[in-house]
Amino acid sequence: MSLFLTQLMNGIGNGAVYASLALALVLIFRTTGILNFAQGEMALYSTYLFWYFTDRGLPVVVAILAAMALSFIGGALVERVVIRPVEHSSPLVLVIVTIGLFLALNSIVQVQFGSDIKTNLPRAYPKHTWRPGNVQISADTLVLVGMLAVVCVLLYLLFQRTKIGLAMRAVASSSESARLSGVPVGQMLMFGWGLAAALGALAGVLVIPQIGLQASSMQSILVFSFAAAALGGFDSPVGAVVGGLIVGVAEALTTQYVHALNGIVLIVPFGLILGVLMVRPQGLFGRRTVERV
Amino acid sequence: MSVLLEVSELRASYGAVRVLHGLDFVVNEGEAVVILGANGAGKTTTLRALSGMVETSGHVHFDGHSIVGSRSEQISRIGIAHVPQGRGTIVDLTVAENLRIGAYRRRDREVAADIERWYDVFPKLEARADQQAGNLSGGEQQMLAIARALMSRPKLVLLDEPSLGLAPIVTQELFRTLGELNHTEGLSMLIVEQNANLALGIGSRGYVLETGSIVVSGTTDELAGDDGVRRAYLGV
Repeated sequence: MSLFLTQLMNGIGNGAVYASLALALVLIFRTTGILNFAQGEMALYSTYLFWYFTDRGLPVVVAILAAMALSFIGGALVERVVIRPVEHSSPLVLVIVTIGLFLALNSIVQVQFGSDIKTNLPRAYPKHTWRPGNVQISADTLVLVGMLAVVCVLLYLLFQRTKIGLAMRAVASSSESARLSGVPVGQMLMFGWGLAAALGALAGVLVIPQIGLQASSMQSILVFSFAAAALGGFDSPVGAVVGGLIVGVAEALTTQYVHALNGIVLIVPFGLILGVLMVRPQGLFGRRTVERV
Repeated sequence: MSVLLEVSELRASYGAVRVLHGLDFVVNEGEAVVILGANGAGKTTTLRALSGMVETSGHVHFDGHSIVGSRSEQISRIGIAHVPQGRGTIVDLTVAENLRIGAYRRRDREVAADIERWYDVFPKLEARADQQAGNLSGGEQQMLAIARALMSRPKLVLLDEPSLGLAPIVTQELFRTLGELNHTEGLSMLIVEQNANLALGIGSRGYVLETGSIVVSGTTDELAGDDGVRRAYLGV
């Protein structure tokens, strides 16, 4: 039982990472209707920035904030420079553009920062494990879950209590009506991409030090996050969080109890994506698109 | 009466297809001007051209600004509010939020007072203030779209077929309200309509659009008495 609970806690910790990256995916999907396959690599680049800053001697917290700020600017620029010119193209074109961005960022980090694995990433908090009963709860789990909770509260306040949040929701719902009301739609989209990039940066700098930083660090995480967003519904922030936690727990329990899948645990997210698409394509919390004639 | 909107040689196209072939018309301050025309005549495109939503050439002068080539949000900022065809509401926002978005560009402190004011004009909206706009009836959504447009305190309102899809009694109520706004507040309007009876009832002047060109113009009384207009649009 304690082993089960330990794995459950691990799963929730990982799930918090998937949830925050899935939130970033949802943020972009709701405002621009794009599945951003480059979300993970954007977070990867952010984490390299974090590594670079700490390598130059910046304190960890300052490095995190600097990486997030630069990621925000970078995300906004990606929207303006890469996405805007093709925003009215077919979904196929958009998918290919974000996959191209994925490959480009993945190559750029290797050229810019080297392809060796960086293991000297400083931690933002000390390693520690609590053992209430026989259950093990690591500091990683608590920090990741705490980060997710703070992010959720801040996003809620942003979208429900501020004018810019209201304008972003208006753009997501009907960009034409928002534009006719004088909302600068382009700036809102840049803001959304910037926000998503900063959110990904936060997830990246907190999770990657646990697994080591290299060009492939974010790839399986992105697959799990896509599964989370698909499970929860690509248009639902609540769904992204719930989906992330479910996927994280499913991964941890599978690793523990289904030895046949050791080494191919990526089967879990792919299975979830497939299952969701067959049974409930809009996801648990997503809205079925109904066109009223 | 001074000229508020002056349009000359207005052309608009969707890609290679030209839809408007050089329109000339004016809207004076405080006037309600009607554009009549059948489906596909270019009525909606005319309004979209004014709002910078289609590829446009020609001259459009509004309140001292030349606006051809400006972006929609800039045109909205200088005082043209556009109520698009078929429920220009933001369906995922509540009624109150829709009204606040209408005032997005305003920096004054009278936004809340204005919201109350439009609730007085459209009491059904107040009763549903916290409901999602998508759950409103067609008539309520049209009222909301108009109220949201008015929240920007526009100098000119463009109304694209406000009667579309509404029950006759709802349409009559809506046009009565529009007429009152025009008479008592001096709100300038450019209304595009297929329902000529209603539109001629509240407008002071009108234009008839056929396949992208203006074929008849005059006061609404003249248009209502014109044989061609009567046959084509009034069903008599």
